[in-house]
Amino acid sequence: MEFEPVIGLEVHAQLLTDSKIFCGCSTKFGASPNSHTCQICLGMPGVLPVLNRKVVEYTIKMGLATHCRINEACNFARKNYFYPDLPKGYQISQYANPLAEHGYVDIELENGKKRIGVTRIHIEEDAGKLMHDEHHPFSYVDLNRTGVPLIEIVSEPDIRSAEEASAYLRRLHEILVYLEICDGNMEEGSFRCDANVSLRPKGQEAFGIRAELKNMNSFRNVQRALEYEIKRQQYVLEGGGVVVQETRLWDDTGGVTHSMRSKEEAHDYRYFPDPDLVWVAINEDWVEAIRKDQPELPLEKRERFVRDYLIPAYDAGVLTTSRALADYYEAVVHLTGKPKIAGNWIMGDILRFINEEKREIADCPITPQALAEMIRLIEEGTISGKIAKEVIEQMYKTGKPAATIIAKKGLVQITDEGALVQAITEVMAANPKQLEQYRSGKDKVFGFFVGQVMKATQGKANPQLLNDLLKKMLAR
Amino acid sequence: MELNQLTIHELQEKIRSGKTTATEIVQSVFRRIDAVEKAIHAYILLTREAALAEADRADEAIRKGDIRTLTGIPVALKDLLCTRGVTTTCASRILHDFVPPYDATVVEKLRDAGAVFTGKTNMDEFAMGSSTETSWFGITRNPWDLERIPGGSSGGSAAAVAADACIAAIGSDTGGSIRQPAALCGVVGMKPTYGRVSRYGLVAFASSLDQIGPFTKDVEDCAILMNVIAGYDPRESTSVPAEVPDYRQYLARGIDGWTVGIPKEYFIEGIDPEVMTAVRKAIAVVEGLGARCIEISLPHTAYCLAVYYIVAPAEASSNLARYDGAKYGFRAPDSRGLLDMYKKSRSAGFGAEVKRRIMLGTYVLSSGYYDAYYKKASQVRALIKRDFDEAFQRCDVILTPTTPTPAFRIGEKTDDPLHMYLSDIFTISTNLAGIPGISVPCGFTQGGLPIGVQFLTGHFEEAKLIQIAATYEKNANLEKRRPTL
Amino acid sequence: MKIKKDEVTHVAHLARLEFTEAEAEKFTSQLNNILLYMEMLNRVDTTGVPPMTHAVAQQNAFREDNVTPSLGRDLTLANAPDARGDFFRVPKVIE
Repeated sequence: MEFEPVIGLEVHAQLLTDSKIFCGCSTKFGASPNSHTCQICLGMPGVLPVLNRKVVEYTIKMGLATHCRINEACNFARKNYFYPDLPKGYQISQYANPLAEHGYVDIELENGKKRIGVTRIHIEEDAGKLMHDEHHPFSYVDLNRTGVPLIEIVSEPDIRSAEEASAYLRRLHEILVYLEICDGNMEEGSFRCDANVSLRPKGQEAFGIRAELKNMNSFRNVQRALEYEIKRQQYVLEGGGVVVQETRLWDDTGGVTHSMRSKEEAHDYRYFPDPDLVWVAINEDWVEAIRKDQPELPLEKRERFVRDYLIPAYDAGVLTTSRALADYYEAVVHLTGKPKIAGNWIMGDILRFINEEKREIADCPITPQALAEMIRLIEEGTISGKIAKEVIEQMYKTGKPAATIIAKKGLVQITDEGALVQAITEVMAANPKQLEQYRSGKDKVFGFFVGQVMKATQGKANPQLLNDLLKKMLAR
Repeated sequence: MELNQLTIHELQEKIRSGKTTATEIVQSVFRRIDAVEKAIHAYILLTREAALAEADRADEAIRKGDIRTLTGIPVALKDLLCTRGVTTTCASRILHDFVPPYDATVVEKLRDAGAVFTGKTNMDEFAMGSSTETSWFGITRNPWDLERIPGGSSGGSAAAVAADACIAAIGSDTGGSIRQPAALCGVVGMKPTYGRVSRYGLVAFASSLDQIGPFTKDVEDCAILMNVIAGYDPRESTSVPAEVPDYRQYLARGIDGWTVGIPKEYFIEGIDPEVMTAVRKAIAVVEGLGARCIEISLPHTAYCLAVYYIVAPAEASSNLARYDGAKYGFRAPDSRGLLDMYKKSRSAGFGAEVKRRIMLGTYVLSSGYYDAYYKKASQVRALIKRDFDEAFQRCDVILTPTTPTPAFRIGEKTDDPLHMYLSDIFTISTNLAGIPGISVPCGFTQGGLPIGVQFLTGHFEEAKLIQIAATYEKNANLEKRRPTL
Repeated sequence: MKIKKDEVTHVAHLARLEFTEAEAEKFTSQLNNILLYMEMLNRVDTTGVPPMTHAVAQQNAFREDNVTPSLGRDLTLANAPDARGDFFRVPKVIE
């Protein structure tokens, strides 16, 4: 029997606010343990939460970017359970009335676009961190992360393969980062994903029994875990077994998922509206003000680049991987009017430089103006494309403009006919054998002469002029 | 008269005129505490040295002419108000050694107004009770009859004020925990509108019902304390940014032409006849002052107790989840693993009544029961509130007995929770509706036990309560008595 | 019976409480009385009545996204029954 996977993803994204969701403690990652904590996020007796306005705004942004309905009123509920990383014994979350619902994102697959439904986006607080002692029966609790704002983005069970899941995740990630509401750092846990996976016989409407996958902390792991889990369930079903509804943990080193066996009972979170927090009313004006400020999103940008700049979809994809890079590219395009050439220099050289040093485009020593100027020098024939490769590397290393480097290193292109004629004459005299071959019809030797003259001129010969002169003189 | 027997406004006068000092007042109060505390046990913790040091600073300020509303006035705090650096126990073993790193907003406000804190008063554990018998630190006795309970949960605050073991006190009221002990101890107690006084730093029992309020020797003192503690607090999301009037302006305005509602559901069989007589007398006094008393109906009154004992335990079960032995408070020794530590710490850390309510609250929120209990109760709650909204279309204030009986005997109801819960029957509706209420003494039983009358009004109209309570107090011609201890 | 003893035991587990047999019996009977008393709510027609979750209806209470000083590690851990170094220490979950 052929089975079809049905996958739904729950993505948790930490919001990039300065302070926590219900108190003024810093959200900065990496502080010494239990130093970004106060009576409120520690859940001390008598404290009360007050909602960070920016959390609402950021969630509205994500709601709009994923075409969700922004509910006019939403509220908070308490999710009750005991765990040492949860100091109040309940997590403040949204339950019956989330901020955003009924949206979608379009993902790009090899065979075209697919729409994945977004069930809901709700706000909640992050929990702290628990570290287990390997050798002693103790765990250690750091509550710095407690109360960092999170949004949970719940997808519809529209995903049908590990590849689709991966594409959907990348898409959400890209949007969050574009909106500048999440840093997207999976290693530090600012972007986390759980998956619900089930299989059903192809053509069947009803869903099968699902397993929940956790502990997948990279895009690659999500894909691997899903691929594994799909195979595992297929194996179970084909053997006439039943999939157990359970939570399974991805084991990165083993490349398998494990059942999370625990004495804990089936959860009964006893959700109820949090009496300490009031309803959040979001009117049309508020939504519109945020909508007006929304940046162009990556997919729209890619399509516009292809349409307006006539660059290949692949290039548009690379150039829009981040908002800063896309802005950089567009700045160069506007200064030069050469979208394809600008793209080539950025993708071929600039990205290589910054990736080697793990830098951000914002920290690139070559400004869009400087790159545009270099492109202009090529266009004007001051330097050749080949020389430019060397120039751009020096620009990156020194931060100096192209003109300075060209002048200092004497890299200006030879466009003087007399000088080139002399160089060609010398090369012809030194290579009589090759000259003979060319004149007897071996056109391929032409390249040899180009190379020799370039070598003699340290690459500074204007390629077009050299070509023309060489053709004339060799033929003589 | 000893200084400790005076009211805030009397002491204010003596301080301003230089007839006494803060130190004399504080010493006088502590002399009284030393004399009566053994008998009544109103306090869990006395902060004598800090109080004397504060009195010293107050006298220094007085000399410099910096006299604030409460400069040099000894005030007692119910032990569920967080005090920075001073143990705050909620009368529970699970918090027996908890030292908050911060002050409740109310504590800050009182401090800023110059108040001197005498200590932390006894209460029912986590404010769950009507008799102050569930405290981990032992019971408090009623100063009027040491064999009887002072009411609860703020029994320590009420007893301290009644026994002149402080000048005024702060309590909290979730279902009557200020008004009921005020009535049973013969003092004035007000529960303000929900959102009027900041809950920040008040250890939560039931968040949608809890409210902080004053215990005082008379209505004028109540107005003075309300002036200090009321007001919007940005640290509380449910705090209401409504303007706070100067309550003292309402003390002498009279109630001529007012309409007073007498809800028929509050004058039922089972009320102690002496209570009934005293309250009927109060109605006559009010009528004599130019108010028209009309019979009104609050049709959902019979359901208040049931609603309350779903909503309050539900919220409490969640509010008290944080006491798990991990971060602060009591942790049971010798536990095997995390789950065992949780269960042992909580089972040994909480008393029976607290555990009963946690169980009840957990049950009514649990899967399959939420709609039948919590949701249903929240809906009926809306109807109870609607009853009051409609009633206040017809009257300015409502008058009721504060309690169905005077103070009962220690141990009388401890084995029958439901019977105990019934002692809050007239006070609970106020918290469910979020409206303000005040209890004022209205006489004594033959046996010399105090009786209270309760006035209720609409949201944020505490001034009306001050107005009618002050007018009543002035004209009731009640015999002036003090408990003999 | 509204609630049976095994249910009481389950609820106790949810609430992280434990009782002796005798306590559980007593609680079961007390809870039953209370729950029976609550039956009366079924007499109230609440069709279309929105649940009242707050005593005073309010909306939109926010704080601005400003960082304020934290307590610091020492005060954070000051009340801890078992603080080790920078951490709260708790018994491990036993699987």
